[in-house]
Amino acid sequence: MKARVTVTLKTGVLDPQGKAIEGALKSLGIDGLSSVRQGKVFDIELSGSDKAAAEAALKTACDKLLANTVIENYRVEIGA
Amino acid sequence: MKAAVITFPGSNRDGDVAKALKQAGASVAHVWHADTDLPAGTDLVVLPGGFSYGDYLRTGAIAGRANIMDATRAHAARGGYVLGICNGFQIACEAGLLPGILMRNADLKFVCRRQHLTVERADTPYTSAYAKGQVIDVCIAHGEGNYIADRETLARLEGEGLVAFRYADAQGQVTAQANPNGSLNGIAGIYSPGFNVLGLMPHPENLIDSLTGGTDGRGMFESLMGGKLAA
Repeated sequence: MKARVTVTLKTGVLDPQGKAIEGALKSLGIDGLSSVRQGKVFDIELSGSDKAAAEAALKTACDKLLANTVIENYRVEIGA
Repeated sequence: MKAAVITFPGSNRDGDVAKALKQAGASVAHVWHADTDLPAGTDLVVLPGGFSYGDYLRTGAIAGRANIMDATRAHAARGGYVLGICNGFQIACEAGLLPGILMRNADLKFVCRRQHLTVERADTPYTSAYAKGQVIDVCIAHGEGNYIADRETLARLEGEGLVAFRYADAQGQVTAQANPNGSLNGIAGIYSPGFNVLGLMPHPENLIDSLTGGTDGRGMFESLMGGKLAA
């Protein structure tokens, strides 16, 4: 079973890296951008087949390590 | 005073802080991050500067979950001293010993220079050798020192007098120009509510010998030696 965990900065948290990327994209002439926020993606393979158990385990993983919930949100998606 | 300096993979200021502690009169044990226990009788745990785990994931995130951090949290909960310097401050925040987080410097640049700080209070175990409001000249060297906390946490830190040091100019003025990284309210270091845990981005251990640029950092280590020892 595969899962994807996406960690993003909460709204209102300053993202200087995103700002720098935004500036670089604009300097490349890519039009129509209003803002860029940088996040992280974790692709995780799970050994079991119980989706609910996997989701619970990944939520624990996010709360304990993958995300710092002071500044970040996370989303867990379980695939096939 | 018995100090335990923790070495994580990627710590690089453990030797310097040990030197500063010994100069002030402490006995120093070096403890590996994978150990589960602190040496018997440890008064002070030091989380040193460096780049633990190469700053992977978030600065201090993986080190903050190391085995020794359970013992360190228990030590802090008993009122024991914990000092986190630079990466150690980041680790202390990630380990839940202190609130908030250190984000990427606002201008995205790694900053390595001399920096003036104001000593916000001199009635703590870490600052009794200084005077309240004293301006000290120390070093900073970090890419992620931008202290962020939510509004309630920041109000609590300010309201309870838990800000230890602020970035200032040579006259002690806390200004935007003197702030090297964008930290809220110019915060360079904070205490736990019991004043037994201190995290700070600057490196007082660099400034302990006039041969290498100054001695303004000594006061922190001398303060600790004069302090009441933890049980």
